[in-house]
Amino acid sequence: MSKLVSASEAVRAHVHDGDTVYLGGFTHLIPFALGHEMIRQGLRGLTLCRATPDLIYDQMIAAGCAAKVVFSWAGNPGVGLLHAFRRAVESGGVEVEEYTHFGLVARLRAAAMGLPFLPLRTNFATDLARANPEIRTVTCPYTGARMSTVPALVPDVAVLHVQRADAEGNAQLWGIRGEQQEAAFAARRVIVSAEEIVAERELRRDPDRVVVPGFLVSAVVHEPLGAHPSYAQGFYDRDNGFYLEWDAISRDPGRLSAWLDEWVLGLADRRAYAERLGAERVEALRRGAWVDEGEAAAAGGPAGGRPAGAKEGSR
Amino acid sequence: MSGGYSPEEMMVVAAARRLRDGERVFVGVGLPNLACNLAKRLHAPGIEMIYESGVVGANPSRLPLSIGDPALALGARQVCSMFDVFALYLQRGLVDVGFLGAAQIDRWGNLNSTVIGAYDRPKVRMAGSGGAADIALLARRVFILLRHESRRFVESVDFITSPGHPGGPGSMAAQGRLGGGPEVVITDLGELGFDTSGEMVLTSLHPGVTVADVRARTGWDLRVAGDVATASPPSEEELSALRALDVGGLYL
Repeated sequence: MSKLVSASEAVRAHVHDGDTVYLGGFTHLIPFALGHEMIRQGLRGLTLCRATPDLIYDQMIAAGCAAKVVFSWAGNPGVGLLHAFRRAVESGGVEVEEYTHFGLVARLRAAAMGLPFLPLRTNFATDLARANPEIRTVTCPYTGARMSTVPALVPDVAVLHVQRADAEGNAQLWGIRGEQQEAAFAARRVIVSAEEIVAERELRRDPDRVVVPGFLVSAVVHEPLGAHPSYAQGFYDRDNGFYLEWDAISRDPGRLSAWLDEWVLGLADRRAYAERLGAERVEALRRGAWVDEGEAAAAGGPAGGRPAGAKEGSR
Repeated sequence: MSGGYSPEEMMVVAAARRLRDGERVFVGVGLPNLACNLAKRLHAPGIEMIYESGVVGANPSRLPLSIGDPALALGARQVCSMFDVFALYLQRGLVDVGFLGAAQIDRWGNLNSTVIGAYDRPKVRMAGSGGAADIALLARRVFILLRHESRRFVESVDFITSPGHPGGPGSMAAQGRLGGGPEVVITDLGELGFDTSGEMVLTSLHPGVTVADVRARTGWDLRVAGDVATASPPSEEELSALRALDVGGLYL
């Protein structure tokens, strides 16, 4: 059964005010297109969960979608801080619930395995364990060792952007795998957006790359360039210029609001966004795409690309 | 720039010299990444670079723009999920060295990269732990890389994002720490170790730096080793390899 719908239909049907939402992707394959659609539909009161909120949650926070942010590292990767996030936290405008990276992905893993919590050997002697009452301890019934625990995280909806999917939602992802598989298995509903929609038999030729089976997926959206300005290995490079530019945009609430009007609220969909980016910029990012050996051989040689300008991150 | 190299270059070279061939190193982007790549090209070709994005044995053809850069994935030994890299590699005890940085450090090596001010209503909200606390508790040895400034080297950190040696190394093991915690703090002025009580001690100066320089930029009464050493300046080989890595001044 085909679950192919537009981004607008997918969000309208499966994301509601007050939902706990997980947009997957660790700097790679971040579902910006679906996040922008949530902004356009004026969703409110969301609990936004991501290991790295990244620019997409900075934008959603600025647009007023978020009541709470659950995260583990809230920076602009390779650039600096997230300024809309920072303002919201400093003014008390959003609630935060914070973990370490291991803690946050373990929360998804626990939910994905149907467990209420996972024991971990981290968090000890940190102020985070004191500040977040959800981080607790348990004594191992076998060894007597003291373990830190984190509770399962069950998102109402997980959103994944992948390289290839079929109409039923079987989804293939490769390169940096992040936390997408855990997020999908942890969530009540899953929306998949994909660079390419292919026939099921194409996916069955290479089932190792399938991270989510179609029967867990509620909606599939064909969304080329759906992860811009983040990367999609094999399709386009990170738009590093934009990540750098965001630092200045997000420092200034007026400029940020104008950016949202121009690039999100004033556009009908991702196609309009790609047109506004312009063929030249898109082409340059596609030329800079990192492709794996098999893809490179098929395309007649490796692609390169070295966008310049990133400075040392905060860590 | 003094004597043909910058203080940051000396810092990266000092970090690279401490890495041993064959070690598995949990790396961040920025200066630690440069230090690892430098060591790999000089005395430690067998270093295995591991990134929290799930990349094991990276062999990047460019300096990564972020920790999830596909340039890290291609040509790597393995790419696994984020959960797996923390669980199967870091928590399993397979990581020899982890690198950390921060906005603040105190005399026990506690690091803060979370907030300036109170946690509930911070004056400045920073990025937070990411993998930092996990690395500080689970890597066998931890190297801290920081610019030496009095606003960073403070009497008391505003928030303990990752623990150093409060109460001494023994008490941390009793609390559940698997790894050895911070072994060295490498700055643009010198290197600092930790004594048996867990307190930071100045052990080595970079060329041209005095003990007074370091004390002036440290926010507490810093202990100094009786036999404080002076590091040798970067060799021609180290400098040219480093500059070849950081083409265009991406990090330095």
